[in-house]
Amino acid sequence: MSSWIVTNLWLIPAVPLGASFIILSLVNSRRRTAAALAIIGQIVAFVFAITAFLPTLYLPGFRAIHNFTWFTFGDQALRIGWMLDPLAAAMMVMITLVGLCIFVFSVGYMADDKNFSRFFSYLSFFSGAMLGVVIANSLLLLFVSWELVGLASYLLIGFWIERPSAAAAARKAFITTRIGDLGFFLGMLWLYHNSGTLLFYDQGRGCLENAGLLAIGASATFIALLIFCGAVGKSGQFPLHVWLPDAMEGPTPVSALIHAATMVAAGVFLVARVYPLFSLGAVNGVTPSLTVVVSVGVVTALMASLIALAQFDIKRILAYSTVSQLGLMMVSLGVGGVAAGIMHLIAHGFFKALLFLGAGSVIHGLHHEQDIRKMGGLRWIMPVTFLTYAIGMMNLSGVPFFFSGGWTKEEILHSTAHWRVSPLPHYLMLAGVILTALYMTRQIIYVFLGSARNTDFQSVRPAESHSAEAATTTENISVVRTDQRPVFHAHESPRVMTMPLIVLALCSILFAFVLTPAWPWFHAYLNGEPARVDFTLLIQPMLFFSLALVAGGIGLGWLIYRRIPDPLARARPGLFRFLENKMWVDEFYEQTVITFSRILARLADWLDRYFWDGLVRLFAGIGQALGVLSKGFDDHGINAGVDETMSGTRGFGRLIAAAHSGQIQTYLGAIAIGMLLLLVLYAWLG
Amino acid sequence: MAWLITTLIVAPVVGAFLVGAMRNYARSVALAFNLITAIGAFLLWRSFDCSLSGLQLVERHSWIPAIGAEYLVGVDGLSLLLVILTSLVFPFALLAQSRPAGDRGFCALMLIMQAALYGTFTAQNFVLWFLFYEMSLIPAFLLIKIWGGEKRDRAATKFFLYTFLGSVAMLLAFLGIYFAKGTFDFAGLGELAKTGDLLTGNFTWLAFAGIFLGLAVKVPLFPFHTWLPDAYETAPTGVSMVLTGALSKMGVYGFIRLLLPLFPNEIKILGPWLLTLAVCSIVIAPLAAWAQSDLKRMVAYLSINHLGYCMLGLFAVTATAARPLVEMQAALSGVFMQIFNHGITAAALFYFVGLLEQRRGLRGIDDFGGLMQRAPLFCGWMSVAMFSSLGLPGLNGFIGEFLIFKGSFAIAASFTAVAVLGLLFTAIVFMRVMQSLFSGPLIETGVAFADLRANEKWVVVPVTLLMFAIGIVPQFLFNIFNSTVVQMARLFS
Repeated sequence: MSSWIVTNLWLIPAVPLGASFIILSLVNSRRRTAAALAIIGQIVAFVFAITAFLPTLYLPGFRAIHNFTWFTFGDQALRIGWMLDPLAAAMMVMITLVGLCIFVFSVGYMADDKNFSRFFSYLSFFSGAMLGVVIANSLLLLFVSWELVGLASYLLIGFWIERPSAAAAARKAFITTRIGDLGFFLGMLWLYHNSGTLLFYDQGRGCLENAGLLAIGASATFIALLIFCGAVGKSGQFPLHVWLPDAMEGPTPVSALIHAATMVAAGVFLVARVYPLFSLGAVNGVTPSLTVVVSVGVVTALMASLIALAQFDIKRILAYSTVSQLGLMMVSLGVGGVAAGIMHLIAHGFFKALLFLGAGSVIHGLHHEQDIRKMGGLRWIMPVTFLTYAIGMMNLSGVPFFFSGGWTKEEILHSTAHWRVSPLPHYLMLAGVILTALYMTRQIIYVFLGSARNTDFQSVRPAESHSAEAATTTENISVVRTDQRPVFHAHESPRVMTMPLIVLALCSILFAFVLTPAWPWFHAYLNGEPARVDFTLLIQPMLFFSLALVAGGIGLGWLIYRRIPDPLARARPGLFRFLENKMWVDEFYEQTVITFSRILARLADWLDRYFWDGLVRLFAGIGQALGVLSKGFDDHGINAGVDETMSGTRGFGRLIAAAHSGQIQTYLGAIAIGMLLLLVLYAWLG
Repeated sequence: MAWLITTLIVAPVVGAFLVGAMRNYARSVALAFNLITAIGAFLLWRSFDCSLSGLQLVERHSWIPAIGAEYLVGVDGLSLLLVILTSLVFPFALLAQSRPAGDRGFCALMLIMQAALYGTFTAQNFVLWFLFYEMSLIPAFLLIKIWGGEKRDRAATKFFLYTFLGSVAMLLAFLGIYFAKGTFDFAGLGELAKTGDLLTGNFTWLAFAGIFLGLAVKVPLFPFHTWLPDAYETAPTGVSMVLTGALSKMGVYGFIRLLLPLFPNEIKILGPWLLTLAVCSIVIAPLAAWAQSDLKRMVAYLSINHLGYCMLGLFAVTATAARPLVEMQAALSGVFMQIFNHGITAAALFYFVGLLEQRRGLRGIDDFGGLMQRAPLFCGWMSVAMFSSLGLPGLNGFIGEFLIFKGSFAIAASFTAVAVLGLLFTAIVFMRVMQSLFSGPLIETGVAFADLRANEKWVVVPVTLLMFAIGIVPQFLFNIFNSTVVQMARLFS
């Protein structure tokens, strides 16, 4: 069984990809078939993922590969392949499971959309491409899937194609990530050149194995950093993070998919996958490339959590929280906590999908209202959403005990504490913990607690069947009185949307049980060690300290944000505006890089039209002038004299004048023909 | 099957005369003859032994023995690849072209041009080669001049003068070589060059300059490219497709067949400069494309960029000192792939722009908006062509570009690192096109815009399937030229 699944691992990405193409070829009206196909595809992929997961459980450090020749060029073979190891297996299970929840949720969320089928096709494609990234045993195959992930995100972010803002966001995402991908591409070329293979593992000859690493040698730092560029782009790290918040233009399930299971996870996964390149030649676990990773991660994490404090769009807050969490994961990888980073990635996959789908449920319930200032008091109206959202929030804020996110964050803080270079990342990450708790508390208060502040979503229409339900809910809401009987339109989402929330909430809780220090099974699984049970490890000073921080953050948030409007905005309007406008990074880019390249484009066009073409016209002009000159000479110099004696040659002279029309092609043609004639003559006469 | 190549060359000429002689059915006759050439090309492929490296199916007749002119045709992997490409592009170009006034002349000229291309790609003697090379020029000139859009006179004259000047320079250079060495045979000249006694002194440089100019204009290589945007913009859709799909390959082919084998030392001395020109083509052309508002002109500039990748690979292989055989094979394979892929993809892009023009008479980037709502199939298939052109993995463009970059990076790392920017700019251009054409609110021009029609699908679907096939399982194409690549890599090292 285990060898069967290794050989046929390609089925896991292929099934969703195949489903995607089949759906695409369906007519748009086959909505049920489309959704069913996508979900079945995802279920099949999930079953296969579990099948692949099982064999990795028996043997610590299990790794199986299957390589084959993609094509031969010259007499060289280009080989690619896939592999199964704990990292790939864990990722596959997470992606398919989270993906499945999102797919099901989408059935409800997108119910009214006219391009329902196409949506499911793109979703399947996205999931399939991401699964391809995860199983790749070749940097090339990884890159191929990586680009397909980019394509899928482009299609989905711009899914509501009538909206110019969505199209702009999609384009921004594609181009920004492609900037990073250029680095990745160069790194891949360099790696290929030095090691002679792009296979990660190939019975000792792969580029991540001893022989390959030896061949790479000192250039490993540059290769690693170039590859890291790709991760920076995809995982929304500073300075290429700008596309990620804009990606909120896509439908909310897409945001969930991008932020949890696919796309942004790919960057962190990539760094973990090629970690031997980063850590090559490490002294005490420190290399220059890893230090860069840590620095980028720290800057990203702090910056994003500060910006998140000043956002009013429910999805944007979550988007910045993703950016900051990804920064945290990068820090973890950089300081040597690879397992911790991946644990957080997977835990984050569950709870961030949960949060986004929760936000989607809120948005759906409020008829596409996204401004948290216009929400409030939703805890009674959307109880399931509220409860599950609260679980997600606990995870994200880093409350341990029952919440996986708490334990994984704990693990990361542990790794940063032991970093040899500087204690600074550790302290900054502790500050990040407070900030995270703060903005999540703010969001919860704005959205679910208090009373409804706005009546926009309580449109008025003649009473219908909703009226009974409305009567019970209006008590908690301030309602605009009009002549007609008010009907409150905010509603809990249908079962098809709440079930995925519940499943994800359960996952994020159950997952916690394999993460605790008492039985760090998942940590051991990723590292290929046997896990030991030791309950005494539960009691650590560090744990209480960070618990205090989280509690402090939440408490502080509660104190500050009880009162609305935002106290920070009132106390420090300048700072708040700075954060609200995302530190003006976008504007900065617009003024510098983008403007500069636009000018370059104009310049290239101008040079082409006037300089290069001008040169050509200059030559043409010279030729023409010579022609005119010779014509004039013929007319007035020669002809006039000859006319005196032989008027009959006048006609001949005209003929010559006509031939000298100033058209270079005629002249050159004559030369060529003459030349050929001479040749032929020469040939005949021997 | 030695007569196959001659059949391929002669058949379109016969077709052209038939088209000229008959009053009606010009299009059908032309297509029928394209069916014949397609079958011929297929048979050629079948009877070609991919495991052998040298010339195959050679046909040799004496012609003008006194000047060493022979009728010598034969194919190796590269020639075969180009013959197949030509046989693919022409029928689609004919299908793509809406019937113009004077269709008879149009079809006849297209057939003549096709014959000339077959000749160019198979001739192994310079005189014969040059004859075909020039023979392709005249129909192209007339096709632009007669059936072109506005400014056609200017564009046609510019096109003709530019390429003809280049040709004359090349002819003079070859005459010089002939008078010095007394042979026009490609293989014989290559042997001489290999031993280093082809030419000596300043005369070598003159000959090199002449041939280089002729070919650089044809490709075109920056900065000899300014005829191209005008010509491609003005030419009717079918002619643009042929110009970019097949005719532009004559230049690259000439570089591989003539310049690189005959002047190895000169190219090595000029190495960095030649690489710079290639990189300029790659980086500046898409920048200029970005600034265009006419879609056809934009695709034309991107065409320069894509051929720039070919030139980068070729110069990397020949213009630098340290050259591992593996990397040379990678770069050469990449170039061959790119030749084929660019032919298909760029032709497809011109086809789509042509459809826009045909439906609305417009082809400005701002003339359309929100087409996706009205014509999802059109937008979807056109997007595939654009993604193929920007090198998305899974489609054909990626394979060639990856191999070119792999080979060039190992040999000329800094040039390649700059050239990678071309990938970014191409992406920016296509993103801009997709955004302004397909998304946003539907504007007036798109209101009654018809989606792909059945006859248009006959062009689009096979071509797109081919793009996917090459992108996913490219081996069948590699098989054609792998032996040739091995042989050439050895030749150039």
